[in-house]
Amino acid sequence: MLPAGDDPIRPEVPTPLAITVDGERLEGVAGQSIAGVILASGRLGFRRTSATGRPRGIFCGVGVCFDCLVEVDGARDVRACQRRAVDGAIVVTQHDALPAPPSSEKGATQHAAPQAVPSSEKGVTQHAAPQAVPSSENGGLDD
Amino acid sequence: MANDVIVIGAGIIGAACARALALAGVAVTVVDRGTTASGTSAACEGNLLVSDKGPGHELQLAQYASSLWDGTVARLREELGAGFPSLEFDRKGGLVVATTEAGAPPLLDFARLQRGAGVDARVLDTAQALELEPDLTPSHQAAVFYPEDAQVQPAIATDALMASARLHGARLLENTPVTGGIRDPSGALVGVLTSNGPLRASRVLVAAGPWSGEVAALLGVALPVRPRRGELLVTSRMPHRIFHKVYDGDYVGAVGSDDGDLQTSSVVESTAAGTVLVGSSRQQKGFDARLEVEVLGQLAAKALRLFPFLAGASVMRSYGGFRPFMPDHLPLIGEDPRLPGLWHATGHEGAGIGLSLATAELVRDLMLGTPTRIDAAPFQASRASLLPHLAGVAG
Amino acid sequence: MAASMTEVLIIGAGPAGLAAARAARRRGASVVVLDSSDQLGGQYWRHLPAERPSAREYTLHHHFRQFQALSRELEQDAGCRILRGAQVWALEQGGCGASAGPGTVHVLLGEPDGANRERLVFRPDRIVLATGAHDRTLPFPGWDLPGVVTGGAAQTLAKGERIVFGDRVVVAGAGPFLLPVAASLAKTGSRVVGVFEAATVPGLARGWLPKPWQLVSAAGKAVELAGYVAGQLRHRIPYSTGHAVIAAHGRDRVEAVTVASVDANWAPVPGTGRRIVADAVCVSHGFTPRLELAIAAGCALGAAGFVTVDGGQQTTVVGVYAAGEITGIGGVDLAMAEGEIAGHAAAGGPAADPSVAAAVRRRRVFASFADRIEAAHGIRPGWPAMLEPNTLVCRCEEVTYGSLCSTADSTASRSLRALKLSTRAGLGICQGRICGRSVEELLQARTGGLGDGSSTDRRPIAAPIRLGELAAGTTAHPDISDISDTSDTSDEAKGTQ
Repeated sequence: MLPAGDDPIRPEVPTPLAITVDGERLEGVAGQSIAGVILASGRLGFRRTSATGRPRGIFCGVGVCFDCLVEVDGARDVRACQRRAVDGAIVVTQHDALPAPPSSEKGATQHAAPQAVPSSEKGVTQHAAPQAVPSSENGGLDD
Repeated sequence: MANDVIVIGAGIIGAACARALALAGVAVTVVDRGTTASGTSAACEGNLLVSDKGPGHELQLAQYASSLWDGTVARLREELGAGFPSLEFDRKGGLVVATTEAGAPPLLDFARLQRGAGVDARVLDTAQALELEPDLTPSHQAAVFYPEDAQVQPAIATDALMASARLHGARLLENTPVTGGIRDPSGALVGVLTSNGPLRASRVLVAAGPWSGEVAALLGVALPVRPRRGELLVTSRMPHRIFHKVYDGDYVGAVGSDDGDLQTSSVVESTAAGTVLVGSSRQQKGFDARLEVEVLGQLAAKALRLFPFLAGASVMRSYGGFRPFMPDHLPLIGEDPRLPGLWHATGHEGAGIGLSLATAELVRDLMLGTPTRIDAAPFQASRASLLPHLAGVAG
Repeated sequence: MAASMTEVLIIGAGPAGLAAARAARRRGASVVVLDSSDQLGGQYWRHLPAERPSAREYTLHHHFRQFQALSRELEQDAGCRILRGAQVWALEQGGCGASAGPGTVHVLLGEPDGANRERLVFRPDRIVLATGAHDRTLPFPGWDLPGVVTGGAAQTLAKGERIVFGDRVVVAGAGPFLLPVAASLAKTGSRVVGVFEAATVPGLARGWLPKPWQLVSAAGKAVELAGYVAGQLRHRIPYSTGHAVIAAHGRDRVEAVTVASVDANWAPVPGTGRRIVADAVCVSHGFTPRLELAIAAGCALGAAGFVTVDGGQQTTVVGVYAAGEITGIGGVDLAMAEGEIAGHAAAGGPAADPSVAAAVRRRRVFASFADRIEAAHGIRPGWPAMLEPNTLVCRCEEVTYGSLCSTADSTASRSLRALKLSTRAGLGICQGRICGRSVEELLQARTGGLGDGSSTDRRPIAAPIRLGELAAGTTAHPDISDISDTSDTSDEAKGTQ
């Protein structure tokens, strides 16, 4: 950020603040956006994409591209360029991996289904469930 | 025997039928006023379910269809190659959950009846349910797991079936609306008029989803197919925390109802892209696709009853489509008794994606005169429950 | 609130929305202005927040005094309620019946992307849509590297954050907007190593030279542009026409770009590429109007993809008005003229009223100016030649040009909707705002013509809403005087001259 003393628009003395980003303390001034604080610290990329893990930071700067998403105080999907930094805010960078491909595509064991609960345990009258377990299943619960 | 068919509608039903017929050596032309998958097939969730069907003919059709999906997906992958986008077929299983005490006995009764009809419906205790879905509300009252329930990306599946049909010789005419029928001197239907000229064939199959009524009227008969609007919410990508299709037990009641007023019943699942789909609503309001915030609010509230953690999830879009609703809750498959040459494959309400493959085989077998795997009579237009809704041939 | 006062709801507090608010108030309407930001001014007057007062901030902006005066007037006007941090997330069309207004506007009030924001619902007598536009940046290899940003981002960082964005910055794209971007960067102390305008001299002449006497009436504009050009000279920033950044290079951030000549169709000319070291790149190829609320309201769009309006700025939906960039990209002067006419008409003012005669004249002058910009700088169809198979076209879902084409080929689909689903392009969290137009153009070319009539501009959910917020009840505000301003941030002048 342009140091106040060097800035030709003659800013008044700003109020300092600090946030943590992934546990690291970053200093900023009141009125800055979270993206501003992060960029001013020299960090250009603060999110990793889902499919290829490539870094992203800000792109559009006006809140339409959603590249700059961070988690703030536990809330995900916050656009860092739109949200003002608040002293003490806990910011975590976002990276959402894609789910594993469906088991039918992996060709591996499908997630096994549990067996029905015997009526004596459940306490509810029911007919015994047919044990129609496909041969590919291992009879236990995966994951 | 003449061996050519015009299929009106390039959604999943039309595509599946075209493929089945083409594979059997029938000359098929598919026409659509839009493009492939430009209607309901690209505006739905992609449910391949047995869990929501009680004993009866629709369940039979669903079980028949379920037996076909794995093999068809594999065959399509071989035919179309690795470059074709994945159909995202996933037999992930469905978990139906009663969130209220009052909802538990009907759910368990329903599951018992389903088991009697050969459905794999497994009652789970709380610990087992939470092992399948750790983020499920722990205060649910009953849970039944259906390992046969599956998911597919419906627009891609439609594209794949159509691509395969064309590989096997089917012809596709897009942006070609049908404007009327062509009759021979005996009054039989022998083709259609379109914006791009006439097309002749010995059979015309209406597979136009909720628009089948309009199309049938152009051909001179009344069909009581009505649109039933459904909306879905899509969240942004999030860490994978929902592993199966999960429904509120209300879902079953909503499907089977006639009520035109808004009905919502929660269906929640993850997608291959990492988003979460939240459905679903049912409303009869013609073809009005305008947003109603009240509907979305109900979908959200009911989803949170199943998965409280979703409160923080961001809804990034909503979409919806029109299911083809039949007054007697059964699809319409087969020849129209009122007009020789006219056939139907429509009226699948919210089950069209899953039922498409079995519908296609029935259509093929009925047209070729080969034995059907299940009894097709319950789906024919001449069934008793439908007769009161059919008027005579118009014009 | 007097029952006879017309309630006008204005969505967007940029130049068009503020001008509309003032004009509606002058006609005696009761006005509510909504903006998702905690500041007024939109993008054009994006300025430092109240916590960072600066004596000479006005030097960063055009007409800043005018903006400050306008803001002050509206803030001090009891008949004008301004809600900051007000995000419109849905707009339901009006129902039938005499009491039905033009639409129901659903708002989330609170900090951007907050959780548990308050939900408000408005059913005004009239709606003025002034939702503006954002940069359109065409994809090119490496555009997804950190350090590559839009022109709008450069402006935001300079004027709203005072961040020095890069030591060696390249500005590229098309349109007169590149000049103020370069000026803002230079004023924060960045070294702008070059401005590369894709339009060629003949193309520029086509736009700017026909009937040059028309520009005389846009004299203010000419002075403004002359100022930029003079600024360029002072800062010795090279300005090249017929050139484009065709690739950005770097591992985890941009380190260099390749600049090449482009032909009249914007296709790169082989063999003309040269490498320029740069640690920041600002690219803008024009603007995309923000149409989702207009579409949600049922407004018809014209062939060029803007909201159709009549002489009173009313859309095809009775009671819904549109002003500013959503009716055509024309810049601040046109936006304010349209805003004034829209606010006046929404408040019941007659079209031929003398009070708007000047605005009507200005609208005519600056609309022709806007046409020239498009003729000179509008995107030309050869740009896809810049793309390589692994160039991202959809940033959110990381869809490459190669996979877009191969999926279109393998599925043979001509449905934009189905292709979005099979490629994932446009289905990410930005919902096609960045890539939508480009994806549509690429697919139109690849398929030979899309045939399903769908559009990437249609977004019934206009901004993300959390499921918990959606499930919670709404607060209807029939009496707008009940609304309390959640932010006391004032846009009063920050220091005096």
